[in-house]
Amino acid sequence: MADSQPNAPQSLYAAREPVFPRKVYGKFRNLKWVIMAVTLGIYYLTPWIRWDRGPSLPDQAVLLDLAERRFFFFWIEIWPHEFYFVAGLLVMAGLGLFLFTSALGRVWCGYACPQTVWTDLFILVERWIEGDRNARLRLHRQKKWDVRKARLRVTKWITWALIAVATGGAWVFYFTDAPTLLVDLFTLDAHPIAYTTIAVLTGTTFFFGGFAREQICIYACPWPRIQAAMMDEDTLTVGYREWRGEPRKNSEEVKAGAAQGDCIDCMACVNVCPVGIDIRDGQQLECITCALCIDACDDVMARIGKPRGLIDYMAFTDEERERAGQPAKPIWKHVFRPRTILYTALWSLVGLGLVFALFIRSDIDLTVAPVRNPTYVTLSDGEIRNIYEVRLRNMKHEPTRFKFSVKGDPTLFITLEGTPYTSVEVAPDEMKLQRVYVTAPPNSAPAQAESTDIRIWVEDTGSGTRDYKDTVFNGRGQ
Amino acid sequence: MAKKPTNKQEPDTTGHEWDGIKEYNNPLPRWWVWVFYATIIWGIWYVIAYPAWPLINEATAGYKGWSTRANVAAEIEAAKEANAEINTRLASVELEEIPTDEELNSYAVSAGAAVFRTWCAQCHGSGAAGVKAGGYPNLLDNAWLWGGTLDDIRYTIAHGIRNDEDPDARWSQMPAFGDILDSESIDQVVNYVMSLSGAPQDATAAAAGEEIFLDNCAACHGDAGGGDIYQGAPNLVDAIWLYGGDYDTIRETVTNARFGIMPPMGGADLSEAETRAVAVYVHQLGGGQ
Repeated sequence: MADSQPNAPQSLYAAREPVFPRKVYGKFRNLKWVIMAVTLGIYYLTPWIRWDRGPSLPDQAVLLDLAERRFFFFWIEIWPHEFYFVAGLLVMAGLGLFLFTSALGRVWCGYACPQTVWTDLFILVERWIEGDRNARLRLHRQKKWDVRKARLRVTKWITWALIAVATGGAWVFYFTDAPTLLVDLFTLDAHPIAYTTIAVLTGTTFFFGGFAREQICIYACPWPRIQAAMMDEDTLTVGYREWRGEPRKNSEEVKAGAAQGDCIDCMACVNVCPVGIDIRDGQQLECITCALCIDACDDVMARIGKPRGLIDYMAFTDEERERAGQPAKPIWKHVFRPRTILYTALWSLVGLGLVFALFIRSDIDLTVAPVRNPTYVTLSDGEIRNIYEVRLRNMKHEPTRFKFSVKGDPTLFITLEGTPYTSVEVAPDEMKLQRVYVTAPPNSAPAQAESTDIRIWVEDTGSGTRDYKDTVFNGRGQ
Repeated sequence: MAKKPTNKQEPDTTGHEWDGIKEYNNPLPRWWVWVFYATIIWGIWYVIAYPAWPLINEATAGYKGWSTRANVAAEIEAAKEANAEINTRLASVELEEIPTDEELNSYAVSAGAAVFRTWCAQCHGSGAAGVKAGGYPNLLDNAWLWGGTLDDIRYTIAHGIRNDEDPDARWSQMPAFGDILDSESIDQVVNYVMSLSGAPQDATAAAAGEEIFLDNCAACHGDAGGGDIYQGAPNLVDAIWLYGGDYDTIRETVTNARFGIMPPMGGADLSEAETRAVAVYVHQLGGGQ
């Protein structure tokens, strides 16, 4: 059993240092407010957008219908066999992250990541209820739980919980008709999975946004580890112009008589930081490049009459230039580089491919499986018949009659099992398995040949849409 | 703010040292130790709860009585129960109505395919193409010895052909003409039979064989050789041969006759629903009438 250590080696566990970000004003903060409003708006409101698709289909604009195995996205409808669209979108998302990371560093982490957005929202609530940094610090240090502390804490937790429930609740609306589910949720008629999902997501939102916060980014998320490999010396990221700021006020050097740099060591950049780091120590794993320290420092620089940008978006390559007194490379030169252009090209290529695939996809999904046991059947009058199992999916929302025909040799003719006609009706949104016979007259060329290449055509008799599959017809081979 | 560690104390080592690298004598993390104890407790419970210790004939059963065989048996029971209703319907509706009822037909074809693979494929082949060398008929073509309607097929499956087990089995017997006709007459009638389906033959012998055919064979196979499904007499005019259409095989058939047997599948082996299911399956393979 682990006993207490004789000479107490250094603990490998680092307790969390609580972070109390101060309120900040500035252009990046405003941009973040806008992005927060837009992303949260998209998340909460999308399931409520209606989109008329006719009587037999759901009228929800964005719906992941797992029971029917269908994905509806406005005018687009994805079937399970078209899963490559999802794969394509994931590839695009990956390339997009590469592009943004190589150009702008962890801009996803800083502005758009749900962890950042919801944490920002939770901190906003915290500030409304408990006050700004100093008030919160005091509340934190006050060990005794008096009525005021209990009231503030409980109010804050209840507000967080409400946001968390709304977050978990919004998620399930993507999977079934939102208005119906909302009523069912309140009348306790909804499926247990809906309640379980909401409970789990409520719990994670509450914990991640309220308590775990920057620890998710530092310890749980793999992206910060990957992004280090995605960035290079031209990547724009948040940094401190050390050559301009140092030696800072109250430093040993200044006390020894050196000329003071622009940094007045006011700690504004540290106090606003949501991950609790000092950006003046250089680039760090924890930094999500939210740019709030830029806003904080710009504010201070303006007040002491110094130019803005002591902390700023900058690239490593600019450091030497600026130290030598030259101007930095313009931002567009950092952004438009062969690497980012290549990522953009790849991203667009996949995107165009998906759009193209979306436009050329057919309403018919057809597979033809030749029956090879036996390879052919001799009929009583000497005809040679091959059997094909055809799976035909009607992706339209009405019963559709499909007509079969065969090309490859003029003597071949096609018949269907169970019907005297060469056409068959498939129910709406259904797949039908049909045995199809292709027959060659006795002693015709395909009957005698080893095999003949044929093409089985299927035509939607209503719209005239056609599709085909190539296969072979096996003869006697003599 | 990140702080630099200030603990400068030299940690305890085990005294092991390799190339200047020392091994710390740190205690295990407490959470790790607790997880380790938890796995021991879980392991003891598992041995008691589930089959664990191998004995001579079987393993200890465990108090939960868990067994993969019992699970499979339960799953089979559940499947039977789930299909009970549609099986009752399949066994009770008019046979001819099954193909027009989409749900019933789809079930019968799937269930029939499974029954076929279990009970029929041994002789007729997994693809139902039959085996010519054994005289097992091809079920995919449109030639039927005993009739190809759904009910004919169902009857054949239920009662079989020329077997001793079922008194209702389809029955007929071809005489062995080796005992009745001389060798030359057999040669002539074989040539005549081959001429019926246009196979290459000795025309003079065939002409002489016509009368022998009318005297000896036409009673069952018909004057024109068209066969008779009520006696299971094969059609000799078409392109399909049960045992083979070359001279030697036909001569063997005429000389020693054939006596193909199919066991009755109904009753002991297949339920009424299964018999009907496999009949529907065979009927939709391509030759059903």
